[in-house]
Amino acid sequence: MRAVLRIVLPIALIAALVGLWQIAASTGWIAEALNLEPFLVPSPAEVGDAIWNNRTLLWENTWVTLREILFGLLAGAAVGVGLATAMRFSRVLRDAVFPLTVAVQAVPIVVIAPILVVWFGYGIGPKVVIVAFAVFFPITVNLLDGLRAVDPEAVKMMRTLDASRWATFRRVEVPTALPYFFSGAKVAVAIAPIVALFAELAGSNAGLMRLIVQDNANLEIARVFAATVILIAIGVLLVGLTALAQRLVVTWR
Amino acid sequence: MRKDNSVSVAARGLSHSYGELRSLQRIDLAAADGEVVALVGPSGCGKSTLLEIVCGLREPSTGEVEAGGAAGATGRLAHCAYMPQRDLLLPWFSALDNAALALRNRGAGKAEARREAGALFERFGLAGFEGARPQELSGGMRQRVAFLRTLVAGKPVLALDEPFASLDAISRAEMQGWLAGALRADSRTVLLVSHDIEEALYLADRVVVLSARPGRIVTELSAPHPRAEDRDHAVTDPAFVTVREHALVSLREGAR
Ligand SMILES: Nc1ncnc2c1ncn2[C@@H]1O[C@H](COP(=O)(O)OP(=O)(O)O)[C@@H](O)[C@H]1O
Ligand SMILES: [Mg+2]
Repeated sequence: MRAVLRIVLPIALIAALVGLWQIAASTGWIAEALNLEPFLVPSPAEVGDAIWNNRTLLWENTWVTLREILFGLLAGAAVGVGLATAMRFSRVLRDAVFPLTVAVQAVPIVVIAPILVVWFGYGIGPKVVIVAFAVFFPITVNLLDGLRAVDPEAVKMMRTLDASRWATFRRVEVPTALPYFFSGAKVAVAIAPIVALFAELAGSNAGLMRLIVQDNANLEIARVFAATVILIAIGVLLVGLTALAQRLVVTWR
Repeated sequence: MRKDNSVSVAARGLSHSYGELRSLQRIDLAAADGEVVALVGPSGCGKSTLLEIVCGLREPSTGEVEAGGAAGATGRLAHCAYMPQRDLLLPWFSALDNAALALRNRGAGKAEARREAGALFERFGLAGFEGARPQELSGGMRQRVAFLRTLVAGKPVLALDEPFASLDAISRAEMQGWLAGALRADSRTVLLVSHDIEEALYLADRVVVLSARPGRIVTELSAPHPRAEDRDHAVTDPAFVTVREHALVSLREGAR
């Protein structure tokens, strides 16, 4: 019963809000209250029409932004996993590299995004770099914390069972660290779309943010809402898939 | 150092301290091949520390120690298997994969390691639970898997640290009978830490009583009926009761 309610209730709430908006927009209440032309306040039905009528254009730009997000996440995760593993194996490396990692992550993306556009142009390359830049840190820090959370008694037990350093890492430390890794991954997945949009804002020849900026200037408000709906769907999907992956991998909690 | 093939574990004048805190003082201890020696003493007197030293997980501050003929830490580590106080079964592995850990660590393939460890499940009363995760097992079964994991490592010396301390009285008595049977069938040199004198006297050939910290040896007692088939009979026998009283008196003296 509770399980059913947990699915039905949020859907009902969203449906109710969309319904309210439909009534408020189609009767012109919002436009009137804001003293605007009605076409500037599209109803959900009009947004749906905009998605359908512009599906090719929207899909082309979605595909660009989605690739920036996904490649950025993959690159950031690869760097994060590599750094955390290396720092776990070498104390010297950790002492040397960790402060640098903190400094790199503190570089404001607002500043480097336009520079990367100048250096590397308007393609998706610089966006991937910027997304990776923003997401590697939560993954590195969480994973490293997880690797260090290992029970020292379990390590002793492994040593008397003839485990090499690598065997202990892979059979005890990595499983211990997995829930921590997923905490980092959830943060990464939540910020990646925002960072990708921001990177497009700094200069791009395609992508949902570029489309939104253009459409806003041309008062194509229904299509701005359409792009926003797509971005929300991407965000929800990414968080949902990460949670699902965690449930499939971390089966012992 | 005198070499004697029948001596499996030996400590001579062994002392240890954690920084300023002195944990063990001039321990002389020997266990022959296939002998079970129990260590009893007040909590915090250094019993776990002593096991860790014998197993090569720590070095003594002064004195000598050897296990299976090896004096260095690496050599001792190669001859001893340590069963820690908490069972420390890995929750991400099945009971079978936990039991097979040592084989996997030595490079055996998954199928081969499972076959070898799985062959013992029946004898340990664990048949049918190979695929169960540790969190699905009862306390007694978890201890048996942990013991099996220690045994599968194939080391001549077993160091068991309060293996049944976490169990209720009934399953503890049951598990003592079970461990006695397992050791009758597969004889190893065992150092057994216990805070239960009855358990120590029933399972061991010899019981070493340690004083409060820093732990030193107060007395050594021979057990009258080590690992007897009929446990209930053995522990109510007058000879057993007399030795138990003796041990209790020494323990109380040492605790002062
Ligand atoms: N890693 C450690 N560092 C410092 N002190 C320790 C450490 N391990 C144990 N001790 C202390 O050493 C003493 C002996 O510990 P332990 O060998 O675990 O005793 P026992 O197993 O007999 O209860 C205790 O007082 C304990 O607090
Ligand atoms: Mg202890």
